[in-house]
Amino acid sequence: MAAPSQELLRSNPLPADTIQLSVTRYDPAQDAAPRQQTYEIPYRDDMVVLDALNWIKTHMDGSVSYRWSCRMGICGSCGMNVNGTPRLGCSVFLRDYLPGPVLVEPLPNFPVIRDLVIDMTSFMEKLSSVKPWVISNGQEPALAAGEHRQTPAQVEQYRQFSMCINCMLCYAACPVIAIEPHFVGPAAIALARRYDLDSRDHAGQDRLRTVTGSDAIWDCSFIGECSAVCPKGVDPAKAIQQTKFESTLGMLLPWGGVSK
Amino acid sequence: MGGGLAGIRAAIAAAETDPKLRVAMVSKVYPMRSHTVSAEGGCAAVLREPDSFDGHAFDTIKGSDYLADQDVVEVFVREAPLEVIQMEHWGCPWSREPDGRISVRPFGGMTTWRTCFAADKSGFHMLHTVFQTSLQFANIERLDEFFVTSLITEDGRCEGVIGFDMRSGEVRSLAARAVILATGGNGRIYAFTTNGAICTGDGMALAYRAGVPLKDMEFVQFHPTGMPSTGILITEAVRGEGGYLTNAEGERFLERYVPNKMELGPRDIISRAMVTEFEAGRGLKGEYGDYMNLDVRHLGSEVINRKLPFMRELMGEYMGIDIVTDPMPVRPVEHYMMGGIDTDASGRTPMPGLYAAGECANAGINGANRLGSNSLPECLVFGAAAGRAAVHDARGVKAPGSNPIAGLVKDETRRIEADFLGRSSGTERVGEIREDLQKMMDAQVGVFRTGDGLKTAVKELAELRDRFARLKLDDHSRTFNTELVTALELENMLDGAETIIESALARQESRGSHARRDFPDRNDEKYLAHTLAYHTRGAKPRLEYRPVRITQWQPQARSY
Repeated sequence: MAAPSQELLRSNPLPADTIQLSVTRYDPAQDAAPRQQTYEIPYRDDMVVLDALNWIKTHMDGSVSYRWSCRMGICGSCGMNVNGTPRLGCSVFLRDYLPGPVLVEPLPNFPVIRDLVIDMTSFMEKLSSVKPWVISNGQEPALAAGEHRQTPAQVEQYRQFSMCINCMLCYAACPVIAIEPHFVGPAAIALARRYDLDSRDHAGQDRLRTVTGSDAIWDCSFIGECSAVCPKGVDPAKAIQQTKFESTLGMLLPWGGVSK
Repeated sequence: MGGGLAGIRAAIAAAETDPKLRVAMVSKVYPMRSHTVSAEGGCAAVLREPDSFDGHAFDTIKGSDYLADQDVVEVFVREAPLEVIQMEHWGCPWSREPDGRISVRPFGGMTTWRTCFAADKSGFHMLHTVFQTSLQFANIERLDEFFVTSLITEDGRCEGVIGFDMRSGEVRSLAARAVILATGGNGRIYAFTTNGAICTGDGMALAYRAGVPLKDMEFVQFHPTGMPSTGILITEAVRGEGGYLTNAEGERFLERYVPNKMELGPRDIISRAMVTEFEAGRGLKGEYGDYMNLDVRHLGSEVINRKLPFMRELMGEYMGIDIVTDPMPVRPVEHYMMGGIDTDASGRTPMPGLYAAGECANAGINGANRLGSNSLPECLVFGAAAGRAAVHDARGVKAPGSNPIAGLVKDETRRIEADFLGRSSGTERVGEIREDLQKMMDAQVGVFRTGDGLKTAVKELAELRDRFARLKLDDHSRTFNTELVTALELENMLDGAETIIESALARQESRGSHARRDFPDRNDEKYLAHTLAYHTRGAKPRLEYRPVRITQWQPQARSY
């Protein structure tokens, strides 16, 4: 392509500020291995990485593939590695990576389906495996009898662990998952903990066994990478530590386990 | 179809009603990504004295500007408390009173405190609660990231869906004795919206093209308080908890519009009041246009942290504002579709075998303006009703045969190939047509409408359709082709937009959220009726009207 004339450049100036993104591209039908593709886009200082990807997809290259929806940090779709750290694309600002380029890659520790889209099948199975629902003691009041009483203090017991958005950043950051993919993992353990600590739940050892059954939980060295990357302050490392404690108590005392 | 609050509630109801049935829960995303997750303020239900069913019903009907079907509202308000309690039994982390009962908060247009909440992430907690609960049902099979492209109909009956698995690109059919649509709204046809990217009205468009009417599509709710840059929702609970709305002069301007309710007026009236103030030059000026201040500084950090922590997080993250010390900038933003697929109180559409619930449906409770915190109970009540009705009606219905369906799958595969993946002659970018549609809807079909603006919208929509016919995709892959999905969603958005524009043009009155500058008054003589938009081949929709059903509340002037 011939270089544009000086006159054309003056009448159509390039955007005053631009930034480069280097995005992982991978289509299993065409690519032997993932590769990086660089895009230069107009920059605003209130743009998040997701805005940049959307700009690319709308105006430059419709084939760039990623998941997103709410763009407000609550649907958990847009987990990706940004400059080597698992982040939500909608919650990380380009201005924190000036002058760029910003390296955007799929979350590690997951198989890649396409570009930034990872395979979350195993994650969904792990979530289900901890029985994340209220297990009653068979004395459930009828609907007409109204609600269980649960004081604000009782809600506070489990509230933090109920804030998980299933974004999987903790799995991407977890050094145990990296070497032991079958480890049930931080979010699932936090979710199990969320129900174990709920005054309406009576699972007892039933659910605890689902997370302590594999040896992997004992491999967790409490490095706390999961809690460090959690965008919602869930602190799965705390849930894992509490679970280890409950489980040990359960082994030592026949009536032990799950204190609320 | 759909894995949000209404869809999962329907799936559980169907699975519980007949544990021997196979229930497929099909969604273009994983269920916990559904837009229910962004609902914040709460879920209305009559839980205890001195509240009453009549109170909730009347508030809803007055809020609807008398376009609600009153018999359906009466069913809705009676069922809502049972559904809230059911959610509680399933583990929803409702905020609580010191004695352990579920807390309630005031909300716009409600005359008493009846909105249950889980801090300011009510939708998030409700969605995760029903999703996690659904995992224990062995007879619910999930098809995640499956994009439905058409309904299978035979002799006027719905017999399943056709779509493709996004991961493999493979087109396949799901034969079914009943199909429930719970696919949400289409707020993404607007540029400035609280809605997530997935809210493209797919189910509405599928039903519409299959011959089922879309009802009251001209009624689009603009929420008064969106974040000026992104449109992120700032919950009405901010005002419920005592927040003030002030203009550039520091004045609580709602005194001039809803003096008896002030910040707790209904959304349509407050959004109009804000735009009217902007036009009078009393808005604050910002990078993204005029805005108002939403002020909670007087509530103090303890109340803010306990009841509005997500608002503090969002404003801090995206605007760099601490709401404890600074007011929040807000402006009206597209939020919710009152209009939707025509259903009765059980979620039945006029097409046998087809049901709908949640925002994609219109059972008749919201009329011309939905009250805040009525949409979450709507998803629960009508989701459950549709699930039960579908099971009830499916008994004795023969399972669809596979022969004609195999042919339909081939046809659909060819259509996707010919119109999208394989086409090399086009010039138009899908994302750019979508952006122009969104800008046009913002400009011509907003808080206030005019006949001239709507006629401009008709013309511009036709141009957008022409451009859509000249589409060219960059992405020809079969593997997770999000550009193909976006193109099919855009087709659905164009259909949805057309029903809104045509229904709005035909309704020559102002009622609820539909404010015509050229017809500023409500006209009960002519328009105390639902608009029904029917798809026609290659022409604009055919409109019919159906009288509103009134039980005990005669229409009155609506003032607050």
